Order: sequence, then structure tokens, then C-alpha cells
Amino acid sequence: MSALAEAPRARGAWAHVVYVLRDNPVTLLSFSMFAVILFAAIFGPALAPYDPLATDAASALQPPSASHWFGTDNLGRDVFSRALVATRLDLLISVAAVLLSFVIGSVLGAAAGYWGGWVDAGLSRVLDTIMAFPLFVLAMGIVAALGNTVENIVYATAIINVPFYARLVRAEVNIRREAGFALAARLGGNGHVRTLAFHIFPNALPPMMVQVSLNLGWAILNAAGLSFIGLGVRPPTAEWGIMVAEGANFIVSGEWWLAIFPGLCLMITVFTFNLMGDGLRDIVDPRRRT
Amino acid sequence: MLSIKDLAVSFRTRRGEVDAVRGVSFELAKGETLGVVGESGSGKSVTSYALMRILDAGGWIKAGEATYSGVDLRRASEREMRDIRGREISMIFQNPRAALNPIRKVGAQIEDVLRRHGKATSANARAKAIEALEAVRINDAAARAEAYPFELSGGMCQRIVVAIALACDPRLLIMDEPTTGLDITTQKAVMDLTRELIRERGMSAILITHDLGLASEYCDRLAVMKDGKIVETGPAASVFGAPQDVYTRRLVDATPRRGVSIRSLLPAEARTAPPPRPALGGPLLEVLRLEKAYPGKSGPVRAVKGVTFTIREGQSVGLVGESGCGKSTTSSMLVRLLDVTSGSILFRGEDIAAIPAKDFIRHPLRRDIQMVFQDATDSLNPRHAARDSIADPLRRLAGLSGARLKAKVEEAAELVGLPIHLLDRFPHQLSGGQKARVGIARAVALDPKFLILDEPTAALDVSIQAVVLNLLADLRAKLGMTYLFVSHDLNVVRLLCDHVIVMKGGEIIEQGPAEEVMDRPAHPYTKSLLDAAPQPPAPAPRLRAAV
Repeated sequence: MSALAEAPRARGAWAHVVYVLRDNPVTLLSFSMFAVILFAAIFGPALAPYDPLATDAASALQPPSASHWFGTDNLGRDVFSRALVATRLDLLISVAAVLLSFVIGSVLGAAAGYWGGWVDAGLSRVLDTIMAFPLFVLAMGIVAALGNTVENIVYATAIINVPFYARLVRAEVNIRREAGFALAARLGGNGHVRTLAFHIFPNALPPMMVQVSLNLGWAILNAAGLSFIGLGVRPPTAEWGIMVAEGANFIVSGEWWLAIFPGLCLMITVFTFNLMGDGLRDIVDPRRRT
Repeated sequence: MLSIKDLAVSFRTRRGEVDAVRGVSFELAKGETLGVVGESGSGKSVTSYALMRILDAGGWIKAGEATYSGVDLRRASEREMRDIRGREISMIFQNPRAALNPIRKVGAQIEDVLRRHGKATSANARAKAIEALEAVRINDAAARAEAYPFELSGGMCQRIVVAIALACDPRLLIMDEPTTGLDITTQKAVMDLTRELIRERGMSAILITHDLGLASEYCDRLAVMKDGKIVETGPAASVFGAPQDVYTRRLVDATPRRGVSIRSLLPAEARTAPPPRPALGGPLLEVLRLEKAYPGKSGPVRAVKGVTFTIREGQSVGLVGESGCGKSTTSSMLVRLLDVTSGSILFRGEDIAAIPAKDFIRHPLRRDIQMVFQDATDSLNPRHAARDSIADPLRRLAGLSGARLKAKVEEAAELVGLPIHLLDRFPHQLSGGQKARVGIARAVALDPKFLILDEPTAALDVSIQAVVLNLLADLRAKLGMTYLFVSHDLNVVRLLCDHVIVMKGGEIIEQGPAEEVMDRPAHPYTKSLLDAAPQPPAPAPRLRAAV
């Protein structure tokens, strides 16, 4: 303990990450899986054995084999290459959407929780209105209205997630608004905005991290869902949602590999993000350091 | 009646097994009240939880015997224990509000207990519950039974907890810090009532407390615990009057009471010459007809009703009163965290009440008026290491950075006696006393002229309180600061203050030099406050000198 206390701060933070990973095998597993997914997202296009868009009518609808690990689809494209390449797009959409809703939700929620009064009442009603819609239908509406592009999927996914962040931050900030350390920060010459941003808000991070990791999973599902029903990413772009949608037609005729493999990728990614929640929380929570 | 022999309790934790209680033995006779006294972490509560077999997860009785009227409490089945709890042995917990179910009427909660132990049927439960409320001297019991806990005061809630505990006529009552968080007059009322009921019913009782004064006033016998062991037992008067053990003597010394000086709270070997009292200068702070009103349902609620007082430079002023008297509101206004409704606060002639709290943050006087908060844990940001907590005001208000900031932080830590290597720890890695020091270091690092101390020792053990009070007295002499010491504990105020202001219901009812107010109180309320403080028997000087 004293060794940790005397170590430089940067090393202390790193040592803490290592400690959290060691302490909990589930966290270690989820972070290793995340590393694999990240690797696939970065190097996927370079590693893919076939061009994900190249059609080859001669080898259409082949079952998994040594040359085509996940088989080929109705146009003869290699399913493995497509699933691998799709990782980058799906991850990008979900991370961008979650980042956006994290930032917007934090600002709105922190303001509502700290100042209360009409700021709180106004913001809370707007957020309630968003939550009153069936969220997926709202996302469909937004994409349909704004147009079928990747950016619009990101915006739609971000908007439907904002209320969850805002409400969480609002509650966390609200209980700490009058805490001794917040008053002490103001005595120490911090204005309201500084007190809120640098003293109160960071204390809301541990529960936020759980929300972030759950949300990353949802965001991927949401993007895939939008693509599945034909909104969002357009064929022939490789994307898990479209691949499942297109492959679904072939399951009845016995060509199961078209939908199952991208579906599995989707499932494993969502599963990984959900598992990561507790680990992320432990990393940002200084109270877990002993 | 109750006999404990070599009881040992352990907890499994992340860092291996921790022994909380290691070999505790005592006997409790019928009709006797035993006080178990110790500081936090001494294992006093764990001992009683072990008796009731309600230890937290991971805790188990490792060794020893506990027998209650022939029943082996260690080996009794869970079913037998359920019958014993409440019917034979009852327990009163620390926080009465937490012990009551907030969404059920208090009458219904008493009925539950009665029915659970077969002492009442659904037909007569209501009548018996009202009877139980009457037994704890609650007026208009039938109407009170219909109240929810939040509608009742803290003292009233504790009476209801007592009523629940006594509803099934238990033969042993265990009270775990029953009056923590209650005002001093309420504490006296609750304790007097409990003592009377225990005597009336011929019950035995165990009072677990950190307050040696309280225990010696209400118990027949005392057992002093330290680190999971009993270091001394004996009749209350002799344990307090002539402590045999070194630790007990330190506890007795550290208990603030009438007629002692601030240095005598410390263990004998740490006593140095008392700090000189700084010479008083001109008026530093003049408070004129200060008022604070909050909008309420039926017109404004006046929390502070026009108080006027003067604090002279170098003076240490005590602001005393019970919860809700307006002392915290007054200090928040003085430290300029709260806007005033009317009145003025002259700081060296300048009216700082006219500056809105929002703008005062950038005012040059911000450095000169600082505050030490009540709860050291709550007032330190859990995400900031001690170093950051102390550095933040210096960075913001004194414009320090880099090596000069580091040097100043370390200087402040040294001033309050906080080891430098603890500066990189987070609040949860520090003990209560260390956290209090960080809070004080943060305030004094700016060299303020005027420091408000809001019950800075309320959450601390007495021995640490003794050290912190002495530290504050030394700092005042060294740095020439002026103090406003806000407290409900007159015995502590007496030690540190030259001048005392007593508040009640938002008004000042009495003020004057400390000795005068304490020894010859003019107002009956001041008198009742002084009388309510537990008066432990004064230690016999002859015996203390002999050891």
C-alpha cells in the first residue's frame, strides 16, 4: 500500500488497472475479448482473405470450408471477410453514438442536477418526451427524416440514448450538490461551473461507465437493427445488421451460415461490452484502490 | 444471566482474516446495566452483534462461549435465535430513523413485532401498541401511532425504537450508541427514560458507547474495550475515577469535562505548555441584525432572526446551540456561501454581506475567510488525493503552481502534523483523524484571518478529538487566526473559546465571556444545556498522581 502511495501518479493509475484486471477473471476475459475486437476493427480490412465486396457467381452459397471459413453468400462473397471488415463500421457507429450521448447527456444532466429549478424542470420534461416514444421507432423516424447515411444513424442512436445518461448524471450530481467537498471547492475559489465540472461530475463516473458499456452493446444492436429493416447502412457495404437481414432469407433453404456468423459476431461484441461494465467502473473508481 | 467467555470473532476480507474480537469475557447479572466503552474499531459493536448472531457476511464466531439463561447462543439454531431476538434480547441501533421503516406508520411497526412473537393477536395488537407507546411517555399515543417516522423528531423516533425494543418485555436490552446524532437535551431525555424503564421492569442492559461520560452516568459497571479485548472492567465510578489501565486513563483524560484545560486532554507524556492566548485586537467581524428567511408554504420561514455580535481580532468565539437553532445558517452566511436576507457583515469595516455569494469567490477577501467542515469524510472529494485537496484552493486563490505549490502544500501538511507520504492517498485510505487534518490543512494553507470551525471534531473518537483540539489551539497561537467554533458540545467549546454565543430558534439568547456563560448562565436554556451534558465523576487527583 505504501509502495503504491509513494509511486508516481501515472504508474499508480496503471498499477490500478493491472490490479483490477487481475482481481476479477471476468473483467480480464472481457478486456481480452475487447482487445480482439479492437484488433479486428483496426486491422480487419488488411487481414481479410478476400475482398468483401467482390462477387463470384461461380462459388455462391458454399458452406463453410477451409478456403471460405464462414462459407459464401448468394453473390459468392466471402462471409468471413465481410464479417471481419464490418467490425470497424459497427464499432465506429456505436462508439461515436455513445460518445455523443455521453457528452450531451452529461452536460444536460449535470446542469439539471446542479442548478435545479426551472433548468431541471425544462430539461427533464424534454428528456421525458424523448423517452415516451418507443425508442427504436424514434430512431427509425430520425433516420427516415434525415436521410439514410452512417452519420444519421449515429445521431439517431445518440439522441435516443441521451435521456439515460442525463438522468443518471442528474441524480448523481444532485446528491452531491450540497456535499461538504463541493462547498469546500467553492470556498477554495471555484465558481459554480468549475465546481460542477471538476469536483462533482467526476464522482458520477463509476456508474456512468456501467451505463456506457451497456449502451455500446445497445448502440450496435440499434445500428444493426436499423440496417436490418433497410434504414441506415446500404448494401453492398459490409455490416452485421445487413448481413443478418440478407442472410435471414436463406435460413429456410438450409444456408444457415449467411446469417448465423454475422449474428454471432454481433452477439459476442454486445456480450463483451456488457461484461466490461463492472471492470470499467472499478478502474475509474478510486475507492477500489486499497 | 448472560455469560461470555473468551469470545472471538473474525471476518473474512480481501486481505485475509481479520480478528475483530479476540477473547472477550464478561458476565451480566439480572437487573444490571453494563457499559461497553471503546473507540471506533475496538470491537464493541461486533461483540453484541455476535451475541445476537447478526454478524455481517463474512463474520463468524471463531472461539469462546456465550450463554444466555442456559441457552448456548453460539450453537443455537437459527429458529431458536429468532425466538430469542426481540422476545428475550432486544436491541436498539444507532440511527433511529434508519431503524424505522420509513413507509409504515409507527403503530403498525410495533404491532408487527408484537404479532411476530405471539404477544398479541390481530384483535388486540392496536391497543397493545398504543400501550407500548404510552410506556415510553409519548403523549397522545393513539394519534402518534398513526404517524410516519418522517413526521416525528429524532428524539421521538428514538423513543419509538425503544418502544419497539421493549414491546415484547425482553429481559436484556442491548443499546448500540443509542443517542448518537441526537441533541444533548434529547439525549438526556431518552437516556433518563430508558434507565427508568429498565429499572421498572427489572431488566438487564448493555450500553455500547464511545462516550465514557455517558456510560459512567448510566451504567453500574463498565468494560473498556480496545483492539477487540477488554482492558479494564469494574464499577463505573472506580473505572472513571481511578482508572487502572493506561488506555482507560488516556480515554478518561481525553473526555472533555468541567474544570480541565485543553492540554490535560492529551496523554501525560504529550502535554506541553499551553499555547499563549493571543492578545485581542480591534473588531474583525461585526455582524449587524443578520437575517435569513426561506420561502415557506405559509409565509417566509425565518431561520436566523436578526443576530448581532462582534468578533475581535485574535478571539476564539463559540457558537452553541442545538440542531435547527440557526447556527449552521449563520456560519454559512458568514463564510459567504449563502446570501443574506438582510443585515450586514462588516469584515474590518467592509460590508461583505452586500457582495453576492456567487461573486465573493473572486473577491480578494475569499482567502481570508475559510472554513473547516463538520464531516471530514464528506468534505474531501473521494476522487482527489489529499495533496490535490489541499492544493486546489492554493492554486485558485493564491495563484501558486509547480514547485512553490508543492512546497506550500507540504508546509501546510507539516503544520497540521500530517506525514508527507500520506499526501498521495485518497480519502478512503486515511483514518478519521488524518482526514480531519487534511481538512484543516486545506483551510489554513491560505493563511486566512478568520476561520469558521463547524463541529470539526463531531465525527472523531475522543482521543483524536483531544489531539485535533490541541492542534487548533496551537495553530491559532502560531498563525494569529480568529476562530468561530460552531458546536453543540459545551464542554468542547469551553476548552477552546474565550467568548460564547448561545443560539436558540434563530436568535441569540445569551452571549458573554466563556467562563461567565459556563459557570453562571443567565438564561434558563443555557442552564438546561449545561445540565444535560453527562457529568462524569471527576477523577480523584490523588489517585491519578499516584499511578
